Amino acid sequence: MHRFKVVLALAVAMALVPMASAQPQASQVLRWNVATDLETLDPAKSTGIPEATVIYLLYEGLTQRDAKGRLVPGMAERWDISKDGLTWTFYLRQARWSNGQMVTAADFEFAWKRALDPAVASDYAYQLYYLKNGKAYNTGKIKDAGQVGVVAKDARTLVVTLENPTPFFGDLLSFHTLMPVPKAVVTTTPLWAGKAETFVGNGPFVLKEWRRQNRIVVERNPQYWDAQSIKLARIEFSMIEAESTALAQYEAGQLDGSSNVPVADIPRLMKSGDFKAMPYIGTYYYLFNTTRKPLDDARVRRALAFAINRTLITARITRAGEKPAVGFVPSGIVVNGVDFRAAGGALMPVYDPALAKRLLAEAGYPDGKGFPVLTILYNTSQRHKTIAEAIQEMWRQNLGIKVNLTNQEWKVYLQTREEHNFDIARAGWIGDYRDPKTFLDMFITGSSFNEGLWSNNAYDRFVEATTKTADQTARMKAFHEAEKIFIREMPLAPIYFYVNPILFKPYVQGLESDPTGPPLLRSVWIVGS
Amino acid sequence: MSRFIVRRLVSMLLVLWVVTTLTFALMKAIPGGPFTAEKRLPPEVLVNLEARYRLNDPLWKQYLDYLGNMARFDLGPSFKYEDLTVNDIIREGFPVSAELGVLALLFALAVGVPAGLVSALRQYSTADYISMLWALLGVSIPSFLLATLFIYVFGLRLHVLPAGGWGTPAHVLLPAIALGMYPTGFIARLTRSSMLEVIRQDYVRTARAKGLAEIVVTYRHALKNAIIPVVTYLGPITAAVLTGSFVVERIFAIPGLGRHFVTSIYNRDYTVIMGTTVFYSVFLVGMNLVVDVAYGFLDPRIRFD
Repeated sequence: MHRFKVVLALAVAMALVPMASAQPQASQVLRWNVATDLETLDPAKSTGIPEATVIYLLYEGLTQRDAKGRLVPGMAERWDISKDGLTWTFYLRQARWSNGQMVTAADFEFAWKRALDPAVASDYAYQLYYLKNGKAYNTGKIKDAGQVGVVAKDARTLVVTLENPTPFFGDLLSFHTLMPVPKAVVTTTPLWAGKAETFVGNGPFVLKEWRRQNRIVVERNPQYWDAQSIKLARIEFSMIEAESTALAQYEAGQLDGSSNVPVADIPRLMKSGDFKAMPYIGTYYYLFNTTRKPLDDARVRRALAFAINRTLITARITRAGEKPAVGFVPSGIVVNGVDFRAAGGALMPVYDPALAKRLLAEAGYPDGKGFPVLTILYNTSQRHKTIAEAIQEMWRQNLGIKVNLTNQEWKVYLQTREEHNFDIARAGWIGDYRDPKTFLDMFITGSSFNEGLWSNNAYDRFVEATTKTADQTARMKAFHEAEKIFIREMPLAPIYFYVNPILFKPYVQGLESDPTGPPLLRSVWIVGS
Repeated sequence: MSRFIVRRLVSMLLVLWVVTTLTFALMKAIPGGPFTAEKRLPPEVLVNLEARYRLNDPLWKQYLDYLGNMARFDLGPSFKYEDLTVNDIIREGFPVSAELGVLALLFALAVGVPAGLVSALRQYSTADYISMLWALLGVSIPSFLLATLFIYVFGLRLHVLPAGGWGTPAHVLLPAIALGMYPTGFIARLTRSSMLEVIRQDYVRTARAKGLAEIVVTYRHALKNAIIPVVTYLGPITAAVLTGSFVVERIFAIPGLGRHFVTSIYNRDYTVIMGTTVFYSVFLVGMNLVVDVAYGFLDPRIRFD
């Protein structure tokens, strides 16, 4: 008993020491919660947003994004695009890896071929399918990596040949799968990115410490070509999964920011100015199985879609500043300076119960009479449950129909969707790159993402047309036409456009967020508190 | 004694084989796989991944390969954590969970046994009611509630301890108590009831009649017998507490092994599911053996044959 008391007293005393120094500081150190343990820091193998948050600090691709989402030079000082849009030539700047070696075009060639190598089995290899023979090499149809459309002409010139004109290729260049890796290091130490001791990168920060499930420390890379523009000296990442704990640490001054926020606390945190809803190109929707009656009738699908009170859902349930959906492609996809959603306008009403009722009657179910009992499928989560219950009630009130709810564990639910074994399924999609293709491409006939098995020839033709030209004006026109058909046919009911909820202190300045998810921490600085 | 241990070791192997086989079968029966994702992978990429992890082999071959590797203490690579093997995951997570678990158990014993003793010796006194109320709260308050409350009170309101995390002795205190509360309550109740039974026995009356000091009667004669149920309970609870608690580790953001028991199933990280289950089973079966051997030292009436 006595010994225990001594231990207890000591522990309390020691606890007081670190707490005293845990106050906000003006030194350029950022303490950020990425909210989960990282799977890998190998840019070719990484798939998640937490990984990307750190990888974007440790590596730099040919291009980068500035605060306004514009393409600016990264490792490439400049580039030329051939008239047919198929050949891109990149001229690299003088830049070094964190071990002092030069970053060469050969590192890029090596990195891209590595990501496409079937033996490496990268999840995101398909981001390089735009390269000539990229898909053929990844799928084993050709064995010779030499035929892949990327070659280092000399140490600082990289020539890339594409399969089709791909105007958004410039956007993909800043994506992590296309980041360079140090050829000399990776060939001798394949797991170089797994430990701070062996880590080599070319980004504005270098990896100093990585304790799994616990902490990652990165420090400013003095070798980085633009090191003088980096203000933070150090970023300390923690990996707290429990939202309430992350919030407690944030409020106790142990964290300066966090990528996860408890929904229940959002209204309070919004008022105090700690919560920010960052842009996010994503849509939350209800997918209809168009092969099942009566969901094979577009009038029924539209009736269901218009009977959803979207404003109520965003204002009362999600509460983080989400916008009611008025189309399928969300706001935030800017092509040639024009936001695709703004240009396309509202293709559907936010809420129109009268129209919904009329459409259902036209389809042969006046006041819901004779309408079969359908089931809404969602993955187990409080939020999806609340939304499903709200929609169940809206459909009962507005249409006089009854639906059941069923939930499944995440991967079981994904498999059910994949097997088309549902009536109506909750789903969501976050774009991979800033082009409407990342949304509209999914629902062409035969696409593996088209789980509701909807098919429309005119739609397919418009989407197909966008792959044949590099003319952005013509492409966007085709996408707008495709989206109009999509909303008229309503193979899914868009519900709201996501935002990316982030928590950070007012003394954290210059924080931007990539609309595909990861917060961009490189240009952050701390002001005195 | 050595024959007893050898026999038990053989039956342990059998138990482990059954556990491994059942886990393997159940795991493969759940829908979805390690590469099932909302951002569905192109079939070509999926083929590459399955080839890399040899998931395209027939099931019986995967099973036999797994058993073969396990016999060589190779638990395979994680599907989710690209650069880690399951051995790495256990090597990194277990010491953390064990450190926390040992402290939680010490807390449970240091509080639970004296509380039970006081209760039994002063039955129906205020001290008895207080310690039994404490025990009742200990077993009935779920650890997530306690953990959240501790973080709120000590981390956020009083600012005396960190609100979760790991690295300094201060980080261990709250989670150790949160984790130790349940066994504390259980041990207190076990000690009390078993002590009440023992002090009414003839040999205790004899000891008193011989004129032995009350303290000697209590500690040397009565407690030694009364502690046997507690020792029995310590076997499985040690295995459970030392291999980590998902709830406590998650709420306090502790980089232990407990999290992997649950997340590996969500991720369908097959090798991690198998590895953590086997590791826990070895621990559990081993602790039960230790308990059985300990009986022999505590109670001469127990013989190993």
